[in-house]
Amino acid sequence: MERFAFLRPFRHVPAYVLLSILAGCFAVPFIWMLSSSLKDTGQIFQFPPTIFPNPVIWDNYQKAVNFIPFLRYLGNTLIICTGAIIGNVLSASLVAYSLGVLRWNGRDHLFKILIASMLLPPQVTMVPVFVIFRSLGMIDTYWPLILPSFFGAPFFIFLLRQFFLGIPQELTEAARIDGCSEFGIYWRVVVPLSVPALATVVLFSFIWTWTDFLTPLIYLQDQNKFTLSLGLQQFQESNRAEWGMLMAAATLITLPIIALFFAAQKTFIEGIVTTGLKG
Amino acid sequence: MNRRRGRFGRPEIVGLMFAAPWLVGISIFGLYPIVSSFYLSLCRYNIIRPPAFIGIENYSILFTEDPLFWKSLWNTVYLTAFGLPVQLGFALAAAMLLNMKVKGQSVFRTLTYLPTVVPAVATAILWVWILNPEYGLLNSVLRFIGLPAPGWLSDPTWSKPALILVGIWGTGNTAIIFLAGLQQVPRALYEAATVDGAGILQQFRHVTLPMLSPVIFFNLVMGIIGSFQYFTHVYVMTAGLGGGGRGAGGPEFSTLVYPLYLYQNAFLFFRMGYASAMAWILFLIVAVILAFVFRTSSWVHEDS
Repeated sequence: MERFAFLRPFRHVPAYVLLSILAGCFAVPFIWMLSSSLKDTGQIFQFPPTIFPNPVIWDNYQKAVNFIPFLRYLGNTLIICTGAIIGNVLSASLVAYSLGVLRWNGRDHLFKILIASMLLPPQVTMVPVFVIFRSLGMIDTYWPLILPSFFGAPFFIFLLRQFFLGIPQELTEAARIDGCSEFGIYWRVVVPLSVPALATVVLFSFIWTWTDFLTPLIYLQDQNKFTLSLGLQQFQESNRAEWGMLMAAATLITLPIIALFFAAQKTFIEGIVTTGLKG
Repeated sequence: MNRRRGRFGRPEIVGLMFAAPWLVGISIFGLYPIVSSFYLSLCRYNIIRPPAFIGIENYSILFTEDPLFWKSLWNTVYLTAFGLPVQLGFALAAAMLLNMKVKGQSVFRTLTYLPTVVPAVATAILWVWILNPEYGLLNSVLRFIGLPAPGWLSDPTWSKPALILVGIWGTGNTAIIFLAGLQQVPRALYEAATVDGAGILQQFRHVTLPMLSPVIFFNLVMGIIGSFQYFTHVYVMTAGLGGGGRGAGGPEFSTLVYPLYLYQNAFLFFRMGYASAMAWILFLIVAVILAFVFRTSSWVHEDS
């Protein structure tokens, strides 16, 4: 052992090499996206490709914003996101209160059904749900994208229930003895104590709505109503070789999410981990 | 809780009232569609005219006259059987690297996780560009080191491996869950194993894997479900090769996955009854596979 003591400062080198390869594999596509978005056509098709664009071209961003049209789709997406967030927070917290705070016969059976319902692929219910929204005259409106959030998404109910279970029972009991109604306990005791968990719900429902492609694809027909994801895909379908512009658009739709990720990294990771470990 | 079991009183009413949003939701968006799609699967239905009952015709066409049904089922099974183990293995290896006690881990962890928050459409478009046979980054690198540069998404034999590759880029979620599981393994177990003379491989085999088995099980189940609803990447990456969503699934239907073919039948060909039959078959397949996975889960270590 002692003979190799001089190697001790380098004992982490293999770890760093492996970690750098790993992180590099994940990072390179990002760098490539960013780099391509700053190149003109000549640089895009240059061989061998270069990582650093020279000169740096910003035109792609301007073109992408105008062609897609980015701002309109951003507005549409934000409307749907807002609706979905309100729906998810309200409905999931109410149901989680029933499954995590209240004590009643049948509660645990219901929870098992909730877990099982998470395993159902959406394609199984897709056609009849479309028929329902069509009979309500809601095709080509935002309702099919927003309304389902008001009926409790199992993932969010699960997430909030796990959090509610950790709230000391003395608090809710005390409120009950003071004559507080169940809704009052929910609204004035449990909800204020659960801000971090509710933030997770807000975060994930924002990202999933922002990212969702299948639902807008099925329900939206008028181009003026498209979301960013759908708009970007439609744009790509008709401009398959405009790589600079496409990468600029892809960067633009990704950046807000990445910014959000860095602003709320802890909330993010905890949300992911809760589902995996406490399930 | 001293209440007698099986009683129905005020607490039950209040409980059901708070659970009402989801109870209504699961009825409208879950139970009713499952029943309704079974009925529709026995009908000819193009959504404009009311459904016409035709018995099991949709199923018999699917099984005996529609090669694309079998093709799409095979494609999805392929991606589940080959892609999922590769992705799980990669995520586990990444998690073990990310669990090493070295400085700067948070940077590596962030970089691993970051791709999973990229919108699926952006991921798909980015990878179409990376996988571009002539000018793409991947083939440039492969040519540079003297390896053959396949056509990826334009070559039926390489299109599915290309999809698996894109999937690997998005395994950060799975890796983070594995990592959290690894962090919960008590250090004492490893120390005891070292005292008993267990090498690194033996420690992995006899400590890490058993302690991690509940997390592996969770990721396996989520992976299977994810694989049977895999849609957006493949739609965006292959649509437009010939006429929008109708062209998706190429080349030569090699990426026509089951959910994509179901979507095309329902919303492009307006064969809603036919699509409902596909939906029911999907429902049964997923149910059978999950039942099998749960039945054979004796390898999962129960500790809590």
